[in-house]
Amino acid sequence: MAPAAPEPILAVEHLSMRFGGLVAVDNLSFAAERGQITALIGPNGAGKTTVFNCITGFYKPTAGLIRLAHSDGRAYLLERLLNFRVAKLARVARTFQNIRLFQGMTALENLVVAQHNALMKASAFTFAGLFGLKSYRTAEGAAVEKARYWLDRTALIHRADDPAGALAYGEQRRLEIARAMCTDPVLLCLDEPAAGLNAHESAELNDLLQFIRREHAISILLIEHDMSVVMEISDHIVVLDYGVKIADGTPNEIRNDPKVIAAYLGVEDQEVEAIAEVGP
Amino acid sequence: MLVAAVFAGALARALLFGRAAIPLERVLPAPLTKTAAQISRMLGRFAAPALLIFALLVPVLFYQNRYVLDLGIMVLTYVMLGWGLNIVVGLAGLLDLGYVAFYAVGAYSYALFATTYGLSFWICLPLAGILAAFWGVILGFPVLRLRGDYLAIVTLAFGEIIRLVLLNWQNLTGGPNGISSIPRPSFFGLPFTDSEGSFAATFGLAYSPTHRVVFLFYLILALALLTNWVTLRLRRLPIGRAWEAMREDEIACRSLGINTATTKLTAFAIGAMFGGFAGSFFATRQGFISPESFTFGESALVLAIVVLGGMGSQLGVAVAALVMLGGFELFREFQLYRMLVFGFAMVLIMIWRPRGLVATRDPSLYLAERKAIAGSFVKAQG
Repeated sequence: MAPAAPEPILAVEHLSMRFGGLVAVDNLSFAAERGQITALIGPNGAGKTTVFNCITGFYKPTAGLIRLAHSDGRAYLLERLLNFRVAKLARVARTFQNIRLFQGMTALENLVVAQHNALMKASAFTFAGLFGLKSYRTAEGAAVEKARYWLDRTALIHRADDPAGALAYGEQRRLEIARAMCTDPVLLCLDEPAAGLNAHESAELNDLLQFIRREHAISILLIEHDMSVVMEISDHIVVLDYGVKIADGTPNEIRNDPKVIAAYLGVEDQEVEAIAEVGP
Repeated sequence: MLVAAVFAGALARALLFGRAAIPLERVLPAPLTKTAAQISRMLGRFAAPALLIFALLVPVLFYQNRYVLDLGIMVLTYVMLGWGLNIVVGLAGLLDLGYVAFYAVGAYSYALFATTYGLSFWICLPLAGILAAFWGVILGFPVLRLRGDYLAIVTLAFGEIIRLVLLNWQNLTGGPNGISSIPRPSFFGLPFTDSEGSFAATFGLAYSPTHRVVFLFYLILALALLTNWVTLRLRRLPIGRAWEAMREDEIACRSLGINTATTKLTAFAIGAMFGGFAGSFFATRQGFISPESFTFGESALVLAIVVLGGMGSQLGVAVAALVMLGGFELFREFQLYRMLVFGFAMVLIMIWRPRGLVATRDPSLYLAERKAIAGSFVKAQG
């Protein structure tokens, strides 16, 4: 039997999202390959975060299919799994554009909360935990170890016992990624992870994301404005403008795509038609 | 009167200090603040054991003083209610203005089971807890999507609905006449009466009505400590961490695969259960209950205890209950003025400690060192 083409981890087909009369996403189709970093870019208001919210179960799309395939062959239709089930069953983790940490809890607690479902099972839905059974304490120890591993990876180990709200901005961004990783995801969705970071921190972020992809075989989908991040680490870029996909390809192809340049930089009216002819 | 006092206090404060929060350093000289900090650290370590030992000794110290024992029972009832509500408001961040409803459900379930079927207190106690928890879930379902002020309004209405049902369902609850001659508790089957086979006769003691009061005191102390133990335990379990995470950020919780609906319902149910226990204790202690005992004022008092104590802090709630109810009693002689004094005291405390007596949060687990988390990082309610 000939080896079949590898199934993409995430296939978005004909996705549309309307808010009343506003069409935020219009008939969008793209795929994210397993083990790759896929970037979703576009000017402000292009509908990137809406796509994210549809994928991660925060919005129910007006139309379309979002199919997520695990490597063991199980597949989930994410548009039917709403709310927390996307993270719990399909194991899609996400971060937020405006950081959403549990500010009054320590960095360590943030990472342990992320392992809620595993710990809940280990504590026999609280009953075993209430009486301090050994099986639960072992599970909690393992959860702390996992948290320690990710704190180490994100260079936050010295801040483990500080409240998340007291961390510096860049540290909070890293902690949010660590927290998402603690849920044991197959697909990691990052909403502008480099926003507000300086050049040095962006470079560190690149290393972290490449480490996650390489060592943990996790596919990454990211929204980003920082082109130094996008162009350097993505394998595949999807460009949105006004909710419509205008380009899709490798970083090199995207860099030279006249439609993308037009969307980002703007063009004179008479050039628009010319570009439309050149475009795919 | 209370409103006037609060208003006058707030006005005086605005005139003296302006609108910003007043740091203690500005009011007290520097060396004094330093010792104040040391004292508060000392207090933090020794206050809880000292309070517990004191509570255990109250019946011994004040055996002859019926008034103090009754006051102690009342304070402990409110400590227990405060700790129960603390689960809902302090940990899960769900502002509940109708907590007294669960107290009422507990009291009426005990009264009805005991008077109709003759069940004993120890059988009725878990039943009352289960029924209250059930009503907690009933309240929880419609308010799953509500937060903050909207949630407060619905819970307030829920408390009123329960009270009005109790008032009007004449043939079950006796309406405004309430339920009387509720069986008093017995010492594991030995009644506190002056007769054969009673507690006093069995242990060869001279009969004294104080035996029952002391028993009630230790009973409510045990119930309150049970509430405290369960809460402290739950805080270190995934469910308790999920409650706190939900208070901090509900959307982030969902993104981590936490089922916020069941998490909320368990918070309501467990908080309500302890309210139900306290209610059954109230019924057996009073021997008579009527809807008048379960007004909005009670909910407000319990919420004030939780807010004054510092949301989420067990020690703070206990101290606040003592201060509030003790304060009420202390100023009883001043009659009308006591509300004025009380209002001033509340304003002063809220100026100096806007996050309650114990504002810091204790992390549920730590890697290298346990550091208290400053109250300014912790969200009050979502």
